[in-house]
Amino acid sequence: MIIVVSLLIILMLISAIAALIFKDLISAVIAACMVSLIASILFYFLHAPDVAMAEASIGAALVTVIFIIAIRRTKRHEE
Amino acid sequence: MELFGMIITGIGTIFLLIGNLGILRLPDVYNRIQAGTKCTTLGAFLTIIGVGIIQPAWFWKCLLIALFVLVTNPISSHAIARGSHKSGVPMCDRSVVDKSKEFEEYKATKATIKIVAFKEKK
Amino acid sequence: MSETIILIFSAIIALGIFLSFLRMLLGPTASDRAVAVDTITTTVVALLVLLGFVFKRYVYLDVSLVYSVLAFVGLVALARFLEKGI
Repeated sequence: MIIVVSLLIILMLISAIAALIFKDLISAVIAACMVSLIASILFYFLHAPDVAMAEASIGAALVTVIFIIAIRRTKRHEE
Repeated sequence: MELFGMIITGIGTIFLLIGNLGILRLPDVYNRIQAGTKCTTLGAFLTIIGVGIIQPAWFWKCLLIALFVLVTNPISSHAIARGSHKSGVPMCDRSVVDKSKEFEEYKATKATIKIVAFKEKK
Repeated sequence: MSETIILIFSAIIALGIFLSFLRMLLGPTASDRAVAVDTITTTVVALLVLLGFVFKRYVYLDVSLVYSVLAFVGLVALARFLEKGI
């Protein structure tokens, strides 16, 4: 059990660092969506399905749409 | 009944693994979309229905989840494919035909023919 | 007995998620990453149903139901941005 949880945390850390490194901001938004997805699986493993449901709805849909609208008003590529 | 559901879940698992392997191995965006939506839709459908068959009290909710997957996954894949073709992502070297571009050119020529005929009628 | 076999199937699906995660890391354009996240979403829906069977809770299927509907909204918004204009 603890091996699976630590492996998920390592994947989440790699994805968060990738969201920092990417120069294309759309790719960074996709990596942030991936962080939220792995957090949702982690809450599911720790027997908290209601928190997992809230994390999935907020992280996958709401934050992605708000960031995309914000990027559309500004520039796409970071210098 | 339990053995039957187990076999269906196993087939779905194999389909899911092959779809994800195709995402990693294929050379192009459009090939990856083709691997990632066909294999994955069939695999998820078979897996969820298999769990519903193993435990018959859960069957209707599993059928509802499978129908949601069957409706939403092709729509999002089609939207991503159309968006990446419009934004000009290049194809790989070995691809031979581009039907969407041919259709755009055909529609443009048809529109010019219509405009010319309209002006002549005037 | 059946829980052990379902747990082995979940391990195979988790290996598939890792393969697709690699494509999300090293894809050349943004469209590759969007396709990889689309595939990961559908795979995770199947994985959560299998784990709900292993844990023997009927309520855990709701997470999968919510996730399959709401990830669709984010991906369609992303595709509309790629098509120039939302």
